[in-house]
Amino acid sequence: MMTTTPPIATTPRDPRNNRPEFLIVYLVLGIAFGVVLTKSEVLSWFRIQEMFRFQSFRMFGIIASAIATAAISIALIKRASITAASGELISLPEKELGHGVRYALGGSIFGLGWALTGACPGPLFVLVGNGITVMLAAILSALLGTWVYGWVRPKLPH
Amino acid sequence: MEVWHAGPWPWFLAGPVIGLFVPALLLIDNKVFGISSNLRHICSAVAPAGIKYFRYDWKKTGLWNLVFLTGVLLGGFLASHWATPHDIAISESTRAALTKLGIHDFSGVAPREIFNWDALLTLRGFVSVIVGGFLVGFGTAYAGGCTSGHAISGLANLQLPSLIAVLGFFAGGLLATFSLLPLLFRI
Repeated sequence: MMTTTPPIATTPRDPRNNRPEFLIVYLVLGIAFGVVLTKSEVLSWFRIQEMFRFQSFRMFGIIASAIATAAISIALIKRASITAASGELISLPEKELGHGVRYALGGSIFGLGWALTGACPGPLFVLVGNGITVMLAAILSALLGTWVYGWVRPKLPH
Repeated sequence: MEVWHAGPWPWFLAGPVIGLFVPALLLIDNKVFGISSNLRHICSAVAPAGIKYFRYDWKKTGLWNLVFLTGVLLGGFLASHWATPHDIAISESTRAALTKLGIHDFSGVAPREIFNWDALLTLRGFVSVIVGGFLVGFGTAYAGGCTSGHAISGLANLQLPSLIAVLGFFAGGLLATFSLLPLLFRI
């Protein structure tokens, strides 16, 4: 590994064009995602416990087949080098490895929270929709967590 | 509308449908599927506080994703109101392990005895919801992604950083499941 740390991207992906008329499409897709997370029971604390205890294939089957479907789709899109409906050329960003510390450490910290809340960020919102309104408190706390990360970021190893 | 009233989807339907959100977002406008960026966008919109990490045009980069997230919440509402309520059919071994931990109520999607407003004042409720939520927000920002951004988008694009992150997700999850939860639930 090189001794110099490559700069970690500081701003999120910056699209050249934003189409306001597409927002309705994102809303519909989001609704579909919320329905899928509910119907697949991915939002359930019980299912997450079952996964971390390796007592059912279900969650692993869901995650693995989701990755496989996305991977095949990405490979096909790359091969065809097609443009998006917006006219923008489709390109997937490469994630910078750096020293890898942020992925190992940040990932483990998220993992702790995932098992405690029984929810990753998407399901936190789906749970509120499902009437588990106390997850609003978890969301506020998650926002505080992200804010604190932004605050202490310059001091953390990446 | 059979699909709404039928029980939970089998894994081989749920997984591929989740995976299809990746090409769908790419094909619409070259967007990368990932939920946790929204936490950063909200911080940037609400309380940037001069912090460099939050100084960017959140509307330009994140409005689409925040709209998507609003849909996610609505989708959860719609799905839970159309479907007939049922218990989550977890395996007998998980049920036994959780009973041993002190969980008695297996109705609903999450144990009601922990995930309700009153329980926030108990140690296990506070740690599960507030501490857990904080770790989700801090960890996903530090790792630069969550289950959607790293496990699905990242691994599907063969990113080594995402593999490290996902191994971290499981390291943390196993530690919490086998060390923290037994401590927390027996106090």
